[in-house]
Amino acid sequence: MIHINITDLWLSNYVPILIYSTASQNNSNSGWETKAVEFFQDQLKERDTHTLVPSLNDVPLHYLKPNSLVKFRCLIQDMFDPEFYMGVYETVDPSTKTKMLRCGKYKDVTECGVDFNSRNTVTAERQTFYCVPIPGENPWVKEISSSCLTEARVVPSTSYAPSRQKRSYEEDDDMDTQPQKQREPHAGPHSPSEHHGNGDCKRQETEAPSSQTASASHLDLNFPLPGEKGPSCLVKVYEDWDRFKLNDTLEVYGILSVNLQFILSMETAEEQRVHSPPASLVPRLHMLHAKPLPHNNPLLPSAALEDNSAFLSSTLSEMASVREEILSYFTHVLLGDALAAEYLILHLISNVYSRRDVLPLGKFTLNLSGCPTVASYTERFYQIIQQLVPSSHYLAMSLQNMNQMRLVPKKDYVANRLVSGALQLARNTSLFLDETQLEQGQLDTTGVRNVTALGNLISWQKVDYDFNYHQMEFPCNINVLIASEGRSLLPSDCQIHLQPQVAPSHLEESLSSIHMHPQASSQLNKFRIYLSMARLLDYSISDEVTKSVEDDFVDMRKDDPQSISAEDLHRMLVVARLLSLSLGQTSLSRDSWLRAKHIEMLRRSRMEQHKCVNGNEP
Amino acid sequence: MSCFDQPPILHVQPNEVDMSSPLMYGTPSSRVEGTPRSGVRGTPARQRPDLGSVRKAPQVDLHSDTDGAVASEPNAGQRLVIWGTDVNVGTCKEKFQRFLQRFTDPNSTEDENAGLDLNEPLYMQKLEEISVVGDPVLNVNCRHVQSFDAELYRQLICYPQEVIPTFDMAVNELFFERFPDSILEYQIQVRPYNALKTRNMRSLNPEDIDQLITISGMVIRTSQLIPEMQEGFFQCQVCAYSTRVEVDRGRIAEPAVCRNCNNTHSLALVHNRSVFSDKQMIKVQESPEDMPAGQTPHTTVVYAHNDLVDKVQPGDRVNITGIYRAVPMRVNPRQNNVKSVYKTHIDAIHFRKTDEKRLHGLDEEAEQKLFTEDRVQTLKELAAKPDVYERLSSALAPSIYEHEDIKKGILLQLFGGTRKDFSQTGRGNFRAEVNILLCGDPGTSKSQLLQYVYNLVPRGQYTSGKGSSAVGLTAYVMKDPETRQLVLQTGALVLSDNGICCIDEFDKMSDNTRSVLHEVMEQQTLSIAKAGIICQLNARTAVLAAANPVESQWNPKKTTIENIQLPHTLLSRFDLIFLMLDPQDEAYDRRLAHHLVSLYYQSEEQMEEEFLDMAVLKDYIAYARTYISPRLSEEASQALIEAYVDMRKIGSGRGMVSAYPRQLESLIRLAEAHAKVRFSEKVESIDVEEAKRLHREALKQSATDPRTGFVDISILTTGMSATARKRKEEVAQALKKLIQAKGKTPAMKYQQLLDDLRGQSETAITKELFDEALRALADEDYLTVTGKTVRLLA
Repeated sequence: MIHINITDLWLSNYVPILIYSTASQNNSNSGWETKAVEFFQDQLKERDTHTLVPSLNDVPLHYLKPNSLVKFRCLIQDMFDPEFYMGVYETVDPSTKTKMLRCGKYKDVTECGVDFNSRNTVTAERQTFYCVPIPGENPWVKEISSSCLTEARVVPSTSYAPSRQKRSYEEDDDMDTQPQKQREPHAGPHSPSEHHGNGDCKRQETEAPSSQTASASHLDLNFPLPGEKGPSCLVKVYEDWDRFKLNDTLEVYGILSVNLQFILSMETAEEQRVHSPPASLVPRLHMLHAKPLPHNNPLLPSAALEDNSAFLSSTLSEMASVREEILSYFTHVLLGDALAAEYLILHLISNVYSRRDVLPLGKFTLNLSGCPTVASYTERFYQIIQQLVPSSHYLAMSLQNMNQMRLVPKKDYVANRLVSGALQLARNTSLFLDETQLEQGQLDTTGVRNVTALGNLISWQKVDYDFNYHQMEFPCNINVLIASEGRSLLPSDCQIHLQPQVAPSHLEESLSSIHMHPQASSQLNKFRIYLSMARLLDYSISDEVTKSVEDDFVDMRKDDPQSISAEDLHRMLVVARLLSLSLGQTSLSRDSWLRAKHIEMLRRSRMEQHKCVNGNEP
Repeated sequence: MSCFDQPPILHVQPNEVDMSSPLMYGTPSSRVEGTPRSGVRGTPARQRPDLGSVRKAPQVDLHSDTDGAVASEPNAGQRLVIWGTDVNVGTCKEKFQRFLQRFTDPNSTEDENAGLDLNEPLYMQKLEEISVVGDPVLNVNCRHVQSFDAELYRQLICYPQEVIPTFDMAVNELFFERFPDSILEYQIQVRPYNALKTRNMRSLNPEDIDQLITISGMVIRTSQLIPEMQEGFFQCQVCAYSTRVEVDRGRIAEPAVCRNCNNTHSLALVHNRSVFSDKQMIKVQESPEDMPAGQTPHTTVVYAHNDLVDKVQPGDRVNITGIYRAVPMRVNPRQNNVKSVYKTHIDAIHFRKTDEKRLHGLDEEAEQKLFTEDRVQTLKELAAKPDVYERLSSALAPSIYEHEDIKKGILLQLFGGTRKDFSQTGRGNFRAEVNILLCGDPGTSKSQLLQYVYNLVPRGQYTSGKGSSAVGLTAYVMKDPETRQLVLQTGALVLSDNGICCIDEFDKMSDNTRSVLHEVMEQQTLSIAKAGIICQLNARTAVLAAANPVESQWNPKKTTIENIQLPHTLLSRFDLIFLMLDPQDEAYDRRLAHHLVSLYYQSEEQMEEEFLDMAVLKDYIAYARTYISPRLSEEASQALIEAYVDMRKIGSGRGMVSAYPRQLESLIRLAEAHAKVRFSEKVESIDVEEAKRLHREALKQSATDPRTGFVDISILTTGMSATARKRKEEVAQALKKLIQAKGKTPAMKYQQLLDDLRGQSETAITKELFDEALRALADEDYLTVTGKTVRLLA
């Protein structure tokens, strides 16, 4: 029914117009609007059209046209209360007294002359999410994803000369709505070509008046991690908002709205500031379509793995060889300790794949003890990890940090928002806890609470958000790596004591060579793909192997019941799983099981040696 | 009326008889005029800002108003209705008066009705109460209205703004007819509550706008009092002529011309002669139980007016009945553009605190709505199965392997005994909650079990012995930074009232903290005396604690007390003490391995199944806790007596006591809980059997004397087994003899004495044993120990 050249559509801002007009002209038959939205969703799925859509993550806001289609890769940081809006309303032209039905969907502001007493008004409901860019997203992810988009960006931005005019925002408001009003009567889906050369397509750039930028500078955008940058966005969701959960990572496709406005009727000044911040800082995005992101690695195809069998098989075959390379690289990084390197790989590909009642399965928190405290080894080590995983965060567990940082998100009832904390992270974020920074001293109440929160995160993979009158539990999926001198004071699934093969005197030298080591970016990319891929693979255990694992366990217990407990078996099953996946095997083989047993044994024997060193034995 | 009103539905009146009755002829107002009711006239009507539009106009006006509206209705000839609705004022009033005069609720259980004769018309008694007390507010339960007249109820829900004033009129007419002499401050206001459209905040949608709703939630913020102008007072600056202007939909039409001197723009508002009413903004957040997982709670703004101001405090759980409103927001006063979003709020008509009732017991109404009939049916079917007990216990924490008896114990704890009240005979409440202590080797999934229970029960609290202080468990007094008021903040034990408090690492708790538990675990109350606040809070919580042995590994050669080093006074308050040990046998290992491997590799469907189980289990427990309160049958009490006597007999043969009344109480609680599992109102002998078995199992594990191998309850009640006590006495006697043999030496060296005793005795004498013997003799005033010297007395 709609025959338009789809590419043209992406390049211009007809999308919203099309949807507005179909909706407003055919509101009696709402099927039209649904069909139009469906049509766009199909287009996004089918072809590579999504790369043509400019992304809020990469393109500065002032280069984007208001009311155009944009996408945003983000994390749902907070959910606001649902709001009622005028889904359909009637306007009366003051001069001609003609009435006209209009659609309020995908817009923030109505047209002039709303007839409040009209019987045709339909009140509808929508939900607002406060979204921030994925916390801890590493620079290489940003770089690569923005370079993928260059072609998309070129076209729309070349059509606009960067000459801008300054206007007051009231005027701006008019300008934003005015052109639409002109268009709307004849901008049906049947005549989009008419508009191709229309002057309306000219950029209506919005630039915040300087006074506003000044006031906005002290606006807290509520990023979970300190020092983050990027736009945050108020995403308006029109249907199915129950399927979204807090901390979900999404790619949202929607209509950008940067109408500047002040609503004076909010309850308190704080609430006003938080819920309707200046649109130049926090743009509004009216969601047409949202794609949940299973990962945020731009090097992997965004579609599900099963749909991309060619990619899957080619990487699977390479995995074993890439594993060798990454192992030798990590061995180098870990000062020649191959066993620790092995465990580091397992840790980096671990993932909570399921939960049994309260027990998260698949988590593999690694405590790397015996880290050298000289030459800021831990920081350098983190920098390496940062180069390899899509998102990560370095948390120095210094006394000051523990006593002062806000780790757990807390509800601020005055501003009515969830004040974020450093533990509000997207799934599969690598959290690097540097315990070598901890010194002797007193933890205060906040400090104790923070340590407890970290402990809960590691043991149960959950964070109890503080809602003042009660706590609410949010499950999470965060890979925690603890670097410490002795055994960590936090619990962990697996502890390995680092045995540097490098003499302390040569440490500095060896460390500097890590960075000297010229890692070609293709090599790095190979590692990046490897680590993300291994995490996404399916895994199973055949009945046969199950049997042999059981036998093994019984035998081991027979020899010495103290040597292996149920907890050890838990860990060995996880190690076996991760080991198989790291080799690109999707089911457990006898060999992998034996190998898992072997490295576990090596690790345990090493722990025996270091027993005397530990101060945190239970 | 606003644009959100539904188009009028013109219903045909169900009872045509009323329509043709002589009462219906003539306009309603003329009827009012006809009957002299000086009471109504004499009492001023008070504004109801809670109903939105200003209805300050006396009733007569309202009627003429109605008349005017009626005329504009096309089918006015047939029906007289308020414009935009299908409400006929006369009929409505008539019906409501009939409701007030006739409604009885013989089965009422509400607190409010305490002391009323349930077979007499309920609301007439309440009116009488009003005439005595003089508080002109009549709370009407919507459920009653619905059962009396469904049509009237529908109108009340759909058009509260019109129907409630009609109710007001009706009730005032009736009241002053009955009690013509009573003097009220202002006219009676009707406050409906418990609208059956009771909803969760999340399910409010645009269709509810302008309707009467009841939602539940928690108050999170209250604003300062906001004076809202109801009537502006203007005075002419030129001639001092004054005039009053009413506020109409939030606006005051400022008079431009003085009517007296005809000067323009000479009138000025005089603030302190204007009329204001109280208003307060209250923020309500949905209660944590109502929320789907992974989402943040929603909040709603509620406006309280007049005497409802300051009725609730932050932290209160309330049911709010009110009218849901949506108002468009203007972007800029200078523009006609409006933001297409409405601002929503609720105008509160009635507050009902739900947690206040916790003083009296469980809030039945709040929990009733949980169960649909289908659900109850499934639960009952489940209960009828003969193996329901086993089924439920295996559904508990499926990821934890075996430990069947422990799971059964926890299951019984989840159900709890029957609450008994002996306060009249002076003993106060009997504890109905079952307390359980798990001790055992580290890494035997104790914490996991605790986490599971904490997630299962609605009012569960989880604390770790290491991290919690006595204040964190009980309550503390805090100064609110805003109001400078002292606020009582409750801790884990109070918060888990009627729930379960899970305490991990019980052994690591400081003695100070633990001492708090003594009161809680037997008296089920908490006394606080802090910063001038003295109170006793209910803490009817079951305690599920986990403790690790002192020497990281359980020492089978030692008693429970020695292993976990907890004071026996506290231990005896636990009904069941379980040991979670590694059994170390091959068949067990195999099953364990199988269980763990399948845990790591299980299909999605099986997961789904289990998840369902947890939901059923939750409902099952909630249902049983609310509705089932079993009583002991004759047969069962005989069985209990026998069991108790048997238990005492076992020990008496060997000179030990193996049961105390506390154990009998435990048995009763367990038997009751087991009857609850069966959904049985009677405790029968099978319940007693299971209680006995479980109790014995737990005792076998925890109260076995490692020296003799017999169950000895005194390990738990006195902290020492009878054999150990005997041994202590023997040593003391031997020591006494030794000293007496030494003749008249007033002072001796400590070390010397120990060596002598060791040389004399056949069995090994430890230093501890020697110290204890010395202490025993010191208690007898035979000697004193000062430093390293032992002195004889007298």
